[in-house]
Amino acid sequence: MSIRGFFPALPALILLLAFFLFPVVRMLGFSVEAGTLDWYAKALGEGLYLQVFWNTFEIALLVTGFCLLLGYPLGFLIATTTPTWATLGFIFVLLPLWTSVLVRTYAWMVLLGRNGIVNRWLLDAGIISDPLPLLHNFTGVLIGMVHVLLPYMVLPIYGAVRRLDPAIAAAAQGLGASNWRIFWRIYIPLTLNGIFAGSVLVFVLSLGFFITPALLGGGRVMMIAVLIEQQVRETLNWPFAAALSFVLLAFTFAVYALAQRFTRLEGNT
Amino acid sequence: MAERERTRTAELNVEGVTKRFGEVLALDGVSLAVAEGELLTILGPSGSGKTTLLKVVAGFETPDAGTVRVDGAAITNLPPARRDIGMVFQNYALFPHLTVRGNVAFPLEMRNVGRAEIERRVGDALALVELAGYEARLPRQLSGGQQQRVALARAIVFNPRLLLLDEPFGALDRKLRETMQLEVRRLQRRLGLTTIFITHDQEEALVLSDRIAVMNKGTIQQVATTTEIYERPANDFVADFVGESNIFHGTLTEPGVVTLSAGRRLMVNRAGRVGDRLGVLMRPERFAPSGANTFSGEVLEAVYLGASFKLRLGCADGLELLVRQPARGTLPAAGQHIEVGIDPDAIHVF
Repeated sequence: MSIRGFFPALPALILLLAFFLFPVVRMLGFSVEAGTLDWYAKALGEGLYLQVFWNTFEIALLVTGFCLLLGYPLGFLIATTTPTWATLGFIFVLLPLWTSVLVRTYAWMVLLGRNGIVNRWLLDAGIISDPLPLLHNFTGVLIGMVHVLLPYMVLPIYGAVRRLDPAIAAAAQGLGASNWRIFWRIYIPLTLNGIFAGSVLVFVLSLGFFITPALLGGGRVMMIAVLIEQQVRETLNWPFAAALSFVLLAFTFAVYALAQRFTRLEGNT
Repeated sequence: MAERERTRTAELNVEGVTKRFGEVLALDGVSLAVAEGELLTILGPSGSGKTTLLKVVAGFETPDAGTVRVDGAAITNLPPARRDIGMVFQNYALFPHLTVRGNVAFPLEMRNVGRAEIERRVGDALALVELAGYEARLPRQLSGGQQQRVALARAIVFNPRLLLLDEPFGALDRKLRETMQLEVRRLQRRLGLTTIFITHDQEEALVLSDRIAVMNKGTIQQVATTTEIYERPANDFVADFVGESNIFHGTLTEPGVVTLSAGRRLMVNRAGRVGDRLGVLMRPERFAPSGANTFSGEVLEAVYLGASFKLRLGCADGLELLVRQPARGTLPAAGQHIEVGIDPDAIHVF
């Protein structure tokens, strides 16, 4: 491409340079301030912090799993139903996406609290005798994050199912396949790229998630982004926060690179 | 293998099938009988309902009224998976993630056939369509014709009771299409498999079929042998859709004479009642230099087609004729006056 081709992109490039690349480099500078890698050693060496990383991975993995479990049928349904239902489905998927994460998270606090709507309904119905602990714990974070991230799973899966020629499923049916077998032998393998794209997206977004775990976890569920914020706000330990950020960034890149390799292999079939 | 398939093949009866999509009546009381081992072509323009009829037979559409029977047993409400009908789709609908072997083995796996048996039958089916050695290829590594053969092998490997072919040659170029047509015909005869073939291409229908059912606007216009359809069409639509034609309308003014609206009297082989309104069909190639009925006129257009001349002739009384002559001598020039004739035997009255 000639140099001229860059001109229209210049404002965006300058913006990225000034407000993204520059701060990132600054942060990198913070993390190695003393000319040593001590902060990295602390982030990766102390059990406490490793535990936070591990928690983060565990939550991200679970969130991805639940999103897939809920998102595949939903994406599939929207892709294969009549246009009217598809539009309705889209509205339900996209509406939360257009609402602020903060608003949605507060809504979940109202729903999940000890005296929240869910607990009161279950108590009134006589299904439970004591309120379930749904808020300020692992379960609450999980529920909130799955809800917030679900659209990122549904949309790629919807796209993958849409791209399939409906005649292929019809052919399988005509050849004697039950719906169950069509699903496992035809749909799943042929929509793997969508499943994969959605999963990577949800997983990567989960790794750095802040608002939902901070509010629904109530300080008791420590994810890496929550820890970083604590380091900056409460202990003013910028170098350590910076080191933690870069470890997270490195992990995210690693996941992404792995995913890229995998998709390239996928793409050949 | 062929022996067993012959015993499994079936006769098909479609009885008064009606299917409506909203306001559109796609099938209007269609009845059709296909004999065991027969290849019947459903020929019609797009929108005639032929694909809907095929879907009803395959089980992808449920008719609003009517019954589909295979060997006398109603299958109207049976899901496609339980009908034992092999189908080749317009775009083949091969499974892109499975190899040729995987595709052909699929219907057998769905029937829980044993491994060794699958291996043997896939081998047989691929040999039958001359694709032995291609087992490990993926569909996208094959040419259009080869994909077609895989689709065919997949549709017959499980010894279906019927074979349905939905415009399977549409995507192939002319030469390949002709080869595949003959091949399907050969295969179908060899297996003795009751087959319904869908096409909008009348030439293809003539090449392939035992009988042709011509469809238009959701109804069957005529079911007959290929010669019958061509020589003695039942109505204007069939006469016009199959082959080139000169169609006129007139009244039987005396036995053996039809008077056309332009006033011209045509000698025909038809007794009938005087006063009957009749259609008259003259195929372009049935004209001779002379005959019992003669037409003289001016050549409006002349096209050289290698084997024949195709002429458009304008007669003095306003009649316009399409005429084909064997390409001998020089091509008549436009404006030239010529005379052609046709005997009553060569005129079809309907």
